[in-house]
Amino acid sequence: MSVFIAKRVLTLIATLIGASMVIFLVMEILPGDPALVILGVDASDEAVRALTKELGLDRPPVERYWSWITGLLQGELGNSYAYKVPIWELIEGAMLITLPLAVMSIALSIVLALVIGLYAAANHNKAGDVTLMGISQLGISIPNFWLAILLIILFAIELRWLPAGGFPGWDEGILVCLKALLLPSLALATVVGAILARITRSSVLEVFREDYVRTARAKGLSQRATLWRHVLRNALIPVLTVTGIQFSALLTGTVVVENVFHIPGLGSLVLKAINNRDTIVVENVILLLATMVITVNFIVDILYAVVDPRLKAHDI
Amino acid sequence: MSDTRSLSFLSRCRRSRSFMVGGIMTAFLLVCAAISLFWTPGSAYDITIANRFLPPSADHWLGTDRFGRDIASMLMTGTQNSIVVAVVAVSIGLSMGVSLGLLAAARRGWTEEIIMRLSDFSFAFPAILSAIMLTAIFGPGGVNSILAIGLYNIPVFARLTRGSANAIWAREFVMAARASGKGRLRITFEHILPNILSIIIVQATILFAIAILAEAALSYLGLGTQPPEPSWGRMLNEAQTLMFLDPMQAVYPGLAIATAVFGLNLLGDGLRDILDPRLSRKR
Repeated sequence: MSVFIAKRVLTLIATLIGASMVIFLVMEILPGDPALVILGVDASDEAVRALTKELGLDRPPVERYWSWITGLLQGELGNSYAYKVPIWELIEGAMLITLPLAVMSIALSIVLALVIGLYAAANHNKAGDVTLMGISQLGISIPNFWLAILLIILFAIELRWLPAGGFPGWDEGILVCLKALLLPSLALATVVGAILARITRSSVLEVFREDYVRTARAKGLSQRATLWRHVLRNALIPVLTVTGIQFSALLTGTVVVENVFHIPGLGSLVLKAINNRDTIVVENVILLLATMVITVNFIVDILYAVVDPRLKAHDI
Repeated sequence: MSDTRSLSFLSRCRRSRSFMVGGIMTAFLLVCAAISLFWTPGSAYDITIANRFLPPSADHWLGTDRFGRDIASMLMTGTQNSIVVAVVAVSIGLSMGVSLGLLAAARRGWTEEIIMRLSDFSFAFPAILSAIMLTAIFGPGGVNSILAIGLYNIPVFARLTRGSANAIWAREFVMAARASGKGRLRITFEHILPNILSIIIVQATILFAIAILAEAALSYLGLGTQPPEPSWGRMLNEAQTLMFLDPMQAVYPGLAIATAVFGLNLLGDGLRDILDPRLSRKR
């Protein structure tokens, strides 16, 4: 097990380094002159030269990459060009909104998936199963940002139950904030929940056909006890993997959905940064999002081995 | 192909409800795009402020937007945009990804290791993230969003191709081909590719749907297709500011996206059942 984990940790570190290099290459080397990107093509030579010096762009790329990474590890990212405040402050504030939103959405989608998936599997090929699977097929096809707009029209404009957007800030009390995040997380969780529900259903059905389940039933274990003791643990392995994969979809989903609700999270931050040509902010937010995706996949890999010890033997 | 085999293929197509419904929806989409090339009920481009916010009528089937453009025509013309983006993006992913996957399976060893590790970490950059990176540098635009979605598709195809190709390489008939002295390149094209083609086609259908979704999301954010070219994503963006005034304007474009994606997903599901009957029996 420890060899397996050590191997995975090494892969994790290598992947993170690789990702940061790709981002650095695309954002700072590819455009030729980043100062020109920030100031626009009409900028005077003096302004470009001054900014180049201010941002230290005249140093060799390897040195710049190194100081970016060491600064990152110390929480020192320099100042945003557009806002003149430390980038770390901007990112911290946005993270405090995006992370709870992502966690809320993934929790909501797992609950949705387990309830729907287990119900559908238990009523295999009956009316309830067919209806739910039809609805989930629709759920997969609906763009989350459109669903977000529809939810605003229904719950904020027609019924006036929930706010149409914005975020009050955590100082205003947790309840108000959760209320503001409810519609966005619902918009995000519907799509992911629909995908996970289908996986849960087919995976439970598959495990129910295994010999050891038949044996358990044959020795007199009730359907319910078989489900909890034998089926669920095995059936949840594929669900776990797909949840890991879906997390990256969910994160990019937050980027879009945050903009629908005007919630000042990472997604809004990165879009504003693009419009302000604040490439350094874009660079850091992208790295942060990529790091989150990579880390979640790493955790899923480890959990995977914990849930299914057979995988360690193969060590794929 | 013998007559009986093609007959059973057709009858399998007809028996698969997903394939039929998905096929009809996809065909409807293609027909809309084709018709809009030379005819639309109104104009998707003409700005006539006097005609703004007209209700649905015989002249304007779905009414007009805040610039007086005909919504039905914009939706129809937007179909072209979605299809072009999806076709180009999937083609990029398909050609590069399948080649890399085939290469990895044929060469094994270091080649395989490098290709697979590269595709591993490109998963850290979902389409929208790479599109955001590209637009931050090169500015928003249709081409950049196509490139970003296409790049994202490459590792998806590479992984799938390599996995299924490896399984074929282990089969007896490939062993026989190798024993008879055929080279790796020849085996790849004569034995491997034909046997994994159906899996690739199914995946392409599903990625087509994902590309349409991603393009709409990017255009919604203002990073994709630029005005005045009609695009479903941007129509949603423009409609959002009018939610209190005219909520139906935010309903139509989303309905178009959902129809396209739903149809393609069904088509993919149906194709999987038809091309790989073993899988459909298991479900």
